[in-house]
Amino acid sequence: MLRIEGLHTYYGPGHILHGVDLHIPEAKIAAVLGRNGVGKTTTVRSIMGLAPPRAGHVWLANQDIAGWPPHLIARAGVAYVPEGRLIFPDLTVVENIRVAERTAARQWTLERLFQLFPALGERARNRGSELSGGEQQMLAVARALATDPKVMLLDEPSQGLAPLVVRELANVIGRLRDEGVTILLVEQNLKLAEAVADHVFVMVKGRTVYKAPLKTFQAEQNEVKARYLTL
Amino acid sequence: MNFAGFIVAQTLNAFSQAAILFFIACGLTLIFGIMRIINFAHGGLFMVGAYVGYSTVAYTGSFWLSLLIAPITVAAIGGIFEKVFLSKLYVRQDAGAYLMLTFGLAIILAQAVHLIWGPQPRSVAIPDLLRGVVVILNQPFPIYRLFLIAIGAAAAIALWQFLERTRAGLLIRAVSQNAEMVHALGTDVALVRTGIFMLGCAIAALGGVLSAPLVTAFLGMGSTVIIDAFVIVIIGGMGSFLGSIVGSLLVAFVQVFGAYYFQDMALAIIYLLMLLVLIVRPGGLLGKEQ
Repeated sequence: MLRIEGLHTYYGPGHILHGVDLHIPEAKIAAVLGRNGVGKTTTVRSIMGLAPPRAGHVWLANQDIAGWPPHLIARAGVAYVPEGRLIFPDLTVVENIRVAERTAARQWTLERLFQLFPALGERARNRGSELSGGEQQMLAVARALATDPKVMLLDEPSQGLAPLVVRELANVIGRLRDEGVTILLVEQNLKLAEAVADHVFVMVKGRTVYKAPLKTFQAEQNEVKARYLTL
Repeated sequence: MNFAGFIVAQTLNAFSQAAILFFIACGLTLIFGIMRIINFAHGGLFMVGAYVGYSTVAYTGSFWLSLLIAPITVAAIGGIFEKVFLSKLYVRQDAGAYLMLTFGLAIILAQAVHLIWGPQPRSVAIPDLLRGVVVILNQPFPIYRLFLIAIGAAAAIALWQFLERTRAGLLIRAVSQNAEMVHALGTDVALVRTGIFMLGCAIAALGGVLSAPLVTAFLGMGSTVIIDAFVIVIIGGMGSFLGSIVGSLLVAFVQVFGAYYFQDMALAIIYLLMLLVLIVRPGGLLGKEQ
């Protein structure tokens, strides 16, 4: 569903991505691991069009969306849950979701979103800034779902959340896959990644250096961790 | 002289003055909220609105038509300016560049008005329906000023409802909080920016048309009013719509009553008020603390 080939991205003169390759089959979850500063967030922002790649391809099904403006990438079916959640602080929960709803007939209606996240339904009229970190994360996911995505990009969703909330998040991510959403999960939290991922990719210095199904990764975990993940 | 009558008349005066100020300040603050641009040309657009209004009345004889034609014309000028010039600067995020460009537009507008309408002021007659005075507590009060109060209040309520209740209003509020996120959720933010710029221009032009019967359309009218509008936006809070209402009222009241009680200091008083607000609440009365 999502295939990334040879992605090169620059921030000004800085060459950040040096050829990222990722492949996620439909309705699967790929976790992207790596130390701080290896370009995980830039990869997500490049896919979303917020940091347009200078070279490479981003295949969404049969369309190369590399270089498209973000709003067209979103309409093509890519949803973005950014690092730090970036909820609209002065909008209510419902308004946050409405921003993402461009069309009326949709798969993820407000009722379905509130079924998936009952806590949000209870806080529908609260402002984004009044929510807890966990509620904000759920709202960021709900807001992304309101665009009716084929692919969802999740950047560090577990950041700053209590273990219990992370477990709830893992359940939600698993349910989204069961609903047919293809998911790219960037994570530092290895537990969450292992709990949900079908495939694991590891990045070092702007490149993907390792890819394997979860089972293989778990078998080789100690070696992979020592080579690529620990400081 | 009857004191209660005097107070009422001055209060109504202040409200009508606030209406004119609001028309220019609210566009300024909305544009700043969305685009982080201080639009120096806003006074010029207000002036062009007054002159286009004058010409509309001159050719068609209808003041009411000018309330439609002037905002549309000025919104078109603003829209073209935003699309062709201003939008080229967004990647740079440089407040100085915006200021230079919009200041340039202000100069071009002033020269264009000079070329088209000449240096002499153009007076616009008050429409028949709004001519004359009503007597309130033994004080005569111009009907046209009551009309200004009504249309100012109506515009403020309409805009507020537009921002709170419509999808376009929701997107405007969202963009002012995080434009990139709105873009990534599927909305073409460039359209929202152009739209808000045009809306701000249209409201300023409406203010220009409405003030022409009071002060005539003259070349310096933009620069007089833009300074007041900046003060209002700073007092109310940069980017705050409600702040622009509160700021317009405060400045108008201080101007009207200040001019009566402290004639020698009338000009200084609104700056003292601004200074006071900046000391107590640096972000403005309804603005966010930076």
